[in-house]
Amino acid sequence: MDAFKNWVARSGMGSVLILALVIMVVFPLTMDIFRLNLVGKYLSYAFVAVGLVMLWGYGGILSLGQGVFFGLGGYMMAMFLKLEASDPITTKIQSTPGIPDFMDWNQLTALPLWWEPFRHLPLALIAVVAVPMILAFIISFAMFKRRVGGVYFAIITQAVALILTVLIVGQQGYTGGVNGITDLRTMLGWDIRDDSAKYILYFANCVLLLAVILLCRWIQMSKLGTLLLAMRDKEDRVRFSGYDVAMFKVFVFVLAAGISAVGGAMFTLQVGFMSPSLVGIVPSIEMVILAAVGGRMSLVGAVYGALLVNAGKTYFSEAAPDLWLFLMAALFIGVVLVFPNGLAGLYESHVKPWLARRKAPKASTQAVEPPAAPLSSPSHKSAPSAPLPGGVQGQSA
Amino acid sequence: MAEKKDPIQTPLTDEQRRKVLMGMAAAPALMVPGLALAQAGQFPTAKVNTTKLAVTDTEVIVGQLHSATGTMAISETGSIQAEQLAIDQINAMGGILGRKIKVIKEDGASDWPTFAEKSKKLLVNDRVACVFGCWTSASRKAVLPVFEKENGLLYYPTFYEGLEQSKNVIYTGQEATQQIIWGLDWASKEKKAKTYFLVGSDYIWPRTSMKIARKHIESVGKLGSVVGEEYYPLGNTNFNSLINKIKVAKPDCIFAAVVGGSNVAFYKQLKAAGITGVKQFLLTLSVTEDEMLGVGGENFAGFYSSMKYFQSLDNANNKGFVEAFKKAYGPKSVIGDVTQAGYLGPWLWKAAVEKAGSFDVDKVVAASPGIELKTAPEGYVKLHENHHLWSKARIAQGQPDGTFKVVAESPELIEPNPFPKGYQ
Repeated sequence: MDAFKNWVARSGMGSVLILALVIMVVFPLTMDIFRLNLVGKYLSYAFVAVGLVMLWGYGGILSLGQGVFFGLGGYMMAMFLKLEASDPITTKIQSTPGIPDFMDWNQLTALPLWWEPFRHLPLALIAVVAVPMILAFIISFAMFKRRVGGVYFAIITQAVALILTVLIVGQQGYTGGVNGITDLRTMLGWDIRDDSAKYILYFANCVLLLAVILLCRWIQMSKLGTLLLAMRDKEDRVRFSGYDVAMFKVFVFVLAAGISAVGGAMFTLQVGFMSPSLVGIVPSIEMVILAAVGGRMSLVGAVYGALLVNAGKTYFSEAAPDLWLFLMAALFIGVVLVFPNGLAGLYESHVKPWLARRKAPKASTQAVEPPAAPLSSPSHKSAPSAPLPGGVQGQSA
Repeated sequence: MAEKKDPIQTPLTDEQRRKVLMGMAAAPALMVPGLALAQAGQFPTAKVNTTKLAVTDTEVIVGQLHSATGTMAISETGSIQAEQLAIDQINAMGGILGRKIKVIKEDGASDWPTFAEKSKKLLVNDRVACVFGCWTSASRKAVLPVFEKENGLLYYPTFYEGLEQSKNVIYTGQEATQQIIWGLDWASKEKKAKTYFLVGSDYIWPRTSMKIARKHIESVGKLGSVVGEEYYPLGNTNFNSLINKIKVAKPDCIFAAVVGGSNVAFYKQLKAAGITGVKQFLLTLSVTEDEMLGVGGENFAGFYSSMKYFQSLDNANNKGFVEAFKKAYGPKSVIGDVTQAGYLGPWLWKAAVEKAGSFDVDKVVAASPGIELKTAPEGYVKLHENHHLWSKARIAQGQPDGTFKVVAESPELIEPNPFPKGYQ
């Protein structure tokens, strides 16, 4: 037992365990399936926020175009589901049965060649992660090799988000246009709209999200994580030490893209459609807000941020349909004013000292320390910077 | 997240239970006292609501799902107002089956996933008896699977592209053929148009509309030829290249389906290029009184619009409607085609519920085909078994003061045909 406790404290796994408990036990027990499905949707956004913690918090690279990867992942999944929903029997009313309905409306008479791989689930699942990661590689390799960074990179990611939206809307015969890809029904004959399917998808989403958090935590604790931090704070020093800074940045960008894409695919499965309104600039910025509210240095905080912001959105818009945008704005402004380091920062500065004080009379202050914040990784404790370096202002140029 | 499983299912009072057991004997001695409840007494909740909808002895809850915020808010506000007006009027008349209508408003926020989320909330959580809502095709497509899965009932007010027919949706606007074909025939006959230039925003509704128009011009109606077909992205505000193409092609008729903010730029630039209603015949599918506010009467004067309803329609129903609308929402408010179609929703639902004697969606849907509305502002309408309305087509000319003057009207109601043969 002590060994376990030590492991928990050393690896900072306590917060992950608590998160797992909250999303996999508390939520399913206290919510009906409708609310749980909504939480599942929020958690699919949490993937993007977790990716942003790695990219922005650790890598110091602000991307305002994560919706691109979220959307691509979602579209890849939607294409598979749409093909399955467009069998010749259910689409016999069309001029060309057997192709998705929006293609028929746009006078396409055959399935485009590049849709063919999406008839097969394994290929579609590979594409869900591979396509966004390849795109991320191309973008980031081209930029970082030329040492484009900071705000210029953020603007370029935003441009990519805009370009992709225009492309999807413009090529409606191939993509479904503004409407997106809708009316998705089954996956390999399994009706994803059933309540039981919603439970299974919710838990699958939770497991994937926790797996992604563990992967990121593992990266953070490795030498690579230390290098990312070093690169964020003093890029030139890392470069002069002989590291290829650009490739590390490419790595973390591609990683965040892959994570976001998984979230996109889970979104499609749980919500039942994908549309360009999830790809563009506005959703991309919303996703940065999720990470900022949660605390951009905390993987677990990002999940809570995604939950809090989206739950706020749902709650405010249900409770006060006329005022909800103002309430959301108040939430964002409040967060930035009161705890600029997000929920995780709030925990670090208020809850943790309080816990420590309560623990103080007891034997050890360290051993049972529950959710260690990610920054308590040894490499960083020795760093001279503030406990939560950077806050909102610490982007490297 | 306050609400968990609404306790909508009101427990029956002993009186009611006995009444149900007696097989609707409805003996006066057992009647619930009170005038408003008198009618409800004839329709005990247990009988009119066997599917756990939000119906009590005194009220029935419906949903309203439009964009109150975001880019679509300007278009959808009219529908929100008209639906509310109809509901208020129905309540003033005593409600439906003795029950007042209570509305739960949700904001779709011009965001399609939000529409899907809110529609689900209304159907699953609030158990609303029906929903009045959606405006864009994209929002309808987003909520459609939800309505079909949860067996809800949606009254959809916008004129749209057709190619859809759902058991769970009643379409109170025109599908594309109703708006286009009669208008083109009129253009050919009255305006002697032989050459047509088609222009639209680049999404499903203009694309489908223009496909139908082209088929009708070239093959089905044999009206003449199409000399150009152009699409511009939503929100596009630069139409110079289009105007040059129009000048070269010199079409007898510009047939337009440009939407939203693009509309304003389109007509201003046409006017600036000297293409005005005096010299050029233009027929559009997308300018109602609402759009006219943005476009400006001086830019649209002399051009024609094809709709089923205009605020200036001269009939007694419409006079009463316009008066009530302006009384409720101010003398400056205008009523466009979709606003009127939104107004029809609650009335069509009322008629269907009363015919069915039940709020259950399946029964209301079954009772819906053949429902007539003699009091519609657009005149007499009838619900087709394909869930669209039989309605007239009308052509009106824009006036410099921003109003429309109706110049032509189809003699008969036009049958809705969402899957037109020969136009695919």
